[in-house]
Amino acid sequence: MVTDARAFGGHSHGTGVPAGHPYAPRPFVVRARTQETPDTVTLRMEPRIPGDRLSFKGGQFNMVYVFGVGESAISISGDPAHPEELVHTVRAVGKITNKLASLTPGAVVGIRGPYGQGWPLDSARGRDLVIVAGGLGLPPLRPTIYDIFRHRESFGRIEIVYGARTPKDLVFAEEVRTWLPKSDLRVQTTVDAAGRDWYGDVGVVTTRLPAARFDPANTTAFVCGPEIMMKLTAQALAERGVPSEAIWLSMERNMKCAFGFCGHCQYGPSFVCRDGPVLPYKTLAPLLAVKEV
Amino acid sequence: MTATQSEAIADRVLRHPFFVGIDPTLVHAMVAKAEERTYDVGEVMVREGRPAEEFFLVLEGKIALEIGAAEHPGITVETIEPGEILGWSWLVAPYRWRFDARAVKPTKVIALNAAAARYALAAHPAFGYEFLMKFLPVVAERLENTRVQLLDIHGH
Repeated sequence: MVTDARAFGGHSHGTGVPAGHPYAPRPFVVRARTQETPDTVTLRMEPRIPGDRLSFKGGQFNMVYVFGVGESAISISGDPAHPEELVHTVRAVGKITNKLASLTPGAVVGIRGPYGQGWPLDSARGRDLVIVAGGLGLPPLRPTIYDIFRHRESFGRIEIVYGARTPKDLVFAEEVRTWLPKSDLRVQTTVDAAGRDWYGDVGVVTTRLPAARFDPANTTAFVCGPEIMMKLTAQALAERGVPSEAIWLSMERNMKCAFGFCGHCQYGPSFVCRDGPVLPYKTLAPLLAVKEV
Repeated sequence: MTATQSEAIADRVLRHPFFVGIDPTLVHAMVAKAEERTYDVGEVMVREGRPAEEFFLVLEGKIALEIGAAEHPGITVETIEPGEILGWSWLVAPYRWRFDARAVKPTKVIALNAAAARYALAAHPAFGYEFLMKFLPVVAERLENTRVQLLDIHGH
C-alpha cells in the first residue's frame, strides 16, 4: 500500500488519508434530511467540491464516513440520472448509523465509492421483471426503479411487491403511491400487522406473489431485504418456475475495505463488497441453506 | 331458495377458484341455504368466539382478519382476497370463529351454510375426502404464513 502522502498531493480533507488514495473519502454536505420512519432517515447530499459528482448504478453502495465516529456501508437510494445529488437512506441501528441518522443540513460526511456490482438491469431487458423489497430493502432498489421508469418500454410486465412490519415502517410511502399512475406496472404493498386505519394488504411478501402476473420462464427478479425474507422469496419464485440464475439478491455483510481485500464480508467464495452485493440466487442458494453463515 | 336460484349459486361456486375440480354433486349438496352477500367497508362479517355457522367464498373486495383484546383495538394479521376462502372454524369443533373478519373494501361473497356443508361432506365421503384434500393446503399455507410472520422477515 502506498503511504507517501506526497504521491497523492497531500492529505485528504483532514482525514489523514492521502488525497487520491483509494481509502480517501470525498467530502459531501448534507443538504436535506427526511424522517422516513421513527428510526430511518433519508439524507440528500451534494459534493463539497463543486463538480465532484458521484455516478453510480442502482444496487451499488458507498462507504459513508462520519468523521471521528467511523465508516459504514450504505446503499445509494437516489436517482442514477442525477449524480449531482447523492441520496442515502439510513436506519439507526448502531453507533455510526445513529450518528448518521442524526445529521442535519450543513453537516459534512466522507464518501468512498460507489462500490460493488449493482442490479443487472440489462439482463432483464425484454423480460418480465419482479421486484420484491422487504423492510429497508426498498432504498437499494429505488435507483433501479427510476431507471425502469425511464426505459419502461424495454421490459415486459413489471410487478413490485413491498413489505414492511407495519404501515409506519414503510419508507418512501408517499412516493410508492405515485408509482402506479406513473408507469405501466403493478405495486403491491403489504405489512405484517396493521391497525384499522390500514386498508392495504396484510401478510408477508411471499403471500402476495401468487397474485403477481408474470411469465416465470421469461422473468428476472430483483429481491432485497432481510436475508430470511430474500431466502423465502427466492424459494417461492423458483418454485413458481423463475430460473435461479435470473433471481438476484442483494446481500448484506460486514463491509470494511470495500475492495475485497480485508475479508470481513466474505460469504462462501464471494467477497460481498467486490463480487456483490447483488449476487445470483443460483450461487447463493447452497449458502442460504446453511445456518449461521 | 328456488331451484333456479340454487342452480345459479352452484354455478358461481363451481367457478370459484377454490372449487375448481370439486365434483358438482358435492357442490349441489353443499349450496343448500347458500347466498350471495355484500359488505360495506368497515362492516364486521364474523366475530371471534361466535358460532362459525358459515364460511365464505370471496368474489370481490378485501377482508381483514383481526385479533382483538379488550385493552386495544383489533390488529389485522392477514387479508383475504377474491379467489380465496374465508373460514375453517366451521370444520373444526367446537365450530367457533377464532378471529374477527371485517371488510376493508366493498366486498362480495358467497356465504355457505356450515351445517349443510358438513352434512354434504358426510353424505358423500369420497367427494368429502377430495374437498378436505383441497382445503387442507389452505389451512397449511395459512399456518406456514403465520410462522413466517413470526420470523419478522420484514423487520431486520
